[in-house]
Amino acid sequence: MASYDAQTLARLEADAAQVVARYPEHPRSALLPLLHLVQSVDGYVSPAGIGFCAQTLGLSTAEVSAVATFYTQYKRHPNGTYTVGVCTNTLCAVMGGDAIWAELTEHLGIGNDETTEDGAVTLERVECNAACDYAPVIMVNWEFFDNQTPSSATALVDALRAGEPVHPTRGADRVVSFRETERVLAGFADGHANEGPGAGEPTLVGLRLAAEKRWTAPGEAGEPDGPAGARKRGAKREEA
Amino acid sequence: MATTLTPVLSKHWDAKSSWTLDAYRATGGYQALTTALATDPADLITAVKESGLRGRGGAGFPTGMKWGFLPAPDGGPRYLVVNADESEPGTCKDIPLMMATPHELLEGVIITSYAIGCHHAFIYLRGEVVHVYRRLLQAVQEAYDAGLLGQDVAGSGFQLDVTVHAGAGAYICGEETALLDSLEGRRGQPRLKPPFPAVEGLYSRPTVVNNVESIASVPSIVRYGADWFRSMGTERSTGFGLFSLSGHVQRPGQYEAPLGITLRELLDMAGGIREGHELKFWTPGGSSTPLFTAEHLDVPLDYESVGAAGSMLGTRALQIFDDSVCVVRAITRWAEFYKHESCGKCTPCREGTYWLVQVLQRIEAGKGTHEDLDTLMDVCDNILGRAFCALGDGATSTITSGLKLFREEFEAHLNGGCPFDPAAAALFEYASGSATGGAGTVGA
Repeated sequence: MASYDAQTLARLEADAAQVVARYPEHPRSALLPLLHLVQSVDGYVSPAGIGFCAQTLGLSTAEVSAVATFYTQYKRHPNGTYTVGVCTNTLCAVMGGDAIWAELTEHLGIGNDETTEDGAVTLERVECNAACDYAPVIMVNWEFFDNQTPSSATALVDALRAGEPVHPTRGADRVVSFRETERVLAGFADGHANEGPGAGEPTLVGLRLAAEKRWTAPGEAGEPDGPAGARKRGAKREEA
Repeated sequence: MATTLTPVLSKHWDAKSSWTLDAYRATGGYQALTTALATDPADLITAVKESGLRGRGGAGFPTGMKWGFLPAPDGGPRYLVVNADESEPGTCKDIPLMMATPHELLEGVIITSYAIGCHHAFIYLRGEVVHVYRRLLQAVQEAYDAGLLGQDVAGSGFQLDVTVHAGAGAYICGEETALLDSLEGRRGQPRLKPPFPAVEGLYSRPTVVNNVESIASVPSIVRYGADWFRSMGTERSTGFGLFSLSGHVQRPGQYEAPLGITLRELLDMAGGIREGHELKFWTPGGSSTPLFTAEHLDVPLDYESVGAAGSMLGTRALQIFDDSVCVVRAITRWAEFYKHESCGKCTPCREGTYWLVQVLQRIEAGKGTHEDLDTLMDVCDNILGRAFCALGDGATSTITSGLKLFREEFEAHLNGGCPFDPAAAALFEYASGSATGGAGTVGA
């Protein structure tokens, strides 16, 4: 069976111990994060990685493979440095996602789940990623690129292939590599949480309108002095 | 008076560094926790029951009642699992909530855990939103550092650990029992019910599974009271909710309003339909809910009224499509989604969604027959109510409603294909032709 060199294995074992510790008495719950961890090392779910997960959790390799093949984020062959996912679910598709997809496949000369020859970009059609108010949306290594067009999309992949840093609309200052992203998804913070905005404009559109019209929820909840209002209200509750 | 917006959950989304503990505390965050920890857990459950809060993840089951279904404590563990696997097409409320104010969810998690006697809670976040995961991980760490989690929550003696768990891409994991199987490290396939999670959930122990928005609403109920919550919304659909407008509206986005507001009112707030166009069809609650048209503009968006009008409130994911959009194209694409996401466990859904796509793609490409329209209805009949979980039912919603509302448009496709230009629906200019992407190109 394929395996890791001693140094890689030691590092993986130390990380895996931390992951398993999050699920006391139920180590199998660590399988999904461990598969993300394997991808952070190998860039896909490798045979060695499957063996490592099986050995760590006391499962058979068949059991691990059965899980790995169920989920779309686990890659069965080496992934590019950047996964570029174009939302082509109905809403995004209609708003322009289909045209963006057509443009990118032509521009890059690759199709769904294929990687450019330089290994930079893996192209994917993705399903709804919960950003419909920013349609059409592209995800790069699972960071949001909102309100895209065919030309913004080709500029984006050109920058990725040229090794230039790219900036998500709502996310870290720059998109990190596929492997670095997978390490975060295994549950290891990478220090980028404070970067980027709290919200984009569509997220805030209702709040802005309410402020303009002076609409609030009833009672003190709507007062601008939230904390003070809350104390008053809390007192009322106790009386009631 | 016309309905107005009522920002509660969204109220501080624009605060500076809104995702940090300091920012959350500056707006009164964690005051509800202090109140809760000084309250008898049973009274908290009663308060949530009295508020009338119903599950915000789509099904609308009363949250407090769900908590009340847990059997009496037997000394073993009980779990809270937050469903943060937001993936229903059109639904985009939980992700921005957790991006902007993760502590709002976390405070709800701590209060709920205390109320139901849980000492290890899980937040199951879909894996495809890495920055939201960063923010949740940081929020949990901040809470531990501040003594809001761990052995002695806020000096109360209550013990709680929270684990934020990233999924790996599977719509089905939004179904609560599939989510539990996935959290246990298995393929995310739904379980037979009963037993319900309240009795045998995570690790076969009593478990409450609630949506992000439901749990995030709990602190406000503790803070301002059940009566305050009930003062918004309708008799049986109480409180406020996030209404997510997307598609051909002037100002898409999140609008937090009392349940019972209408699309006409929301569209008015959102600046109306795209310039020069008219509303054609919309989903009241995501792609698993039957389609509505302009005839339904005044249906109050509460559970009862939307149900009576033939659809479901679902997740209040209002996807708006104007007259430039081909309904066959839209429905075919949704069908492709359900086929892709069907977990394969039960035959009606696995086989049915496959055949629905075959027939719909044929129709969209102009190669369908009148018989195909009957076949579609027939296949839907054989899925609805016969599938293992709600995914199969959801797959039929837009098809059966679409055929009912737009049969002529389906028939127009039978001779010569789609009469619409996809470029007319896009938000940017482009020359259509090779760019339709439509039928038959989904390789996944």
